Amino acid sequence: MEVPILKQGHYLIATFQAALTDEDLLKLQDALVERVGKFRSRGVIVDVTALDVMDSFAARTLRALAHMVRLRGADTVIVGVQPEVAFAMVQLGLTLEGVATALDLEEALLLLNSRAKGVGARAR
Amino acid sequence: MRDELAIHIASDADIVKARQEGRALAERIGFSGSDLTIIATAISEVARNIIKFAKRGEIVLQRVDRNPRDGILVIARDDGPGIPDIPLAMQDGFTTGHGLGLGLPGCRRLMDEFAIESSVGEGTTVSMKKWVSS
Repeated sequence: MEVPILKQGHYLIATFQAALTDEDLLKLQDALVERVGKFRSRGVIVDVTALDVMDSFAARTLRALAHMVRLRGADTVIVGVQPEVAFAMVQLGLTLEGVATALDLEEALLLLNSRAKGVGARAR
Repeated sequence: MRDELAIHIASDADIVKARQEGRALAERIGFSGSDLTIIATAISEVARNIIKFAKRGEIVLQRVDRNPRDGILVIARDDGPGIPDIPLAMQDGFTTGHGLGLGLPGCRRLMDEFAIESSVGEGTTVSMKKWVSS
């Protein structure tokens, strides 16, 4: 199942479905890194609200994605980590260290906008 | 209503299938909320180890009857290379960044019971149980 990527102004928004295979995740990573250049995007929002499980592979891939996007000159914000997913991640010892997160799409847009303006330019 | 099933694990799509079947069975057994996610996450990790180290194997999911509350048994079995040093594999990389990165200490934390048997050259079997909480 491929992850749809929407272009919204200077930003790209990728919305996860529940059941993503490792291959889907890697495809998304490649597609986002490529499109950041194609659309000269300033930010990438990855919405994981519907994701059923964040296991070690998914967490590692998201961290790698954020770092690659950073190297392409854009910021990444992960939104919608569900409470039970957060709980399981911590128990498993997984982190999204170095990656900005926000509660929802609205917060993510505020965060990216504030970074674009150079104020409050700090990852949470 | 099937309360025992075996899922052949040979590709990354099978990992997704195993955790979805596990979640569905756990729901039938009476688990809810974050327990469903916890069980699915643990299944995802052990299924991933099968793919990574043994290429193929199986996940067996089973209801366990127990008074006063039932539970779920998850068995991940492969005939891959085996784990030479189980204590090392169970060493926690949570804060130190060490450990083998098999996710096994994490799975032990997620589940209520955890056992591992492995012989080099013969394979690995991980058995995990979780009980429905009151």
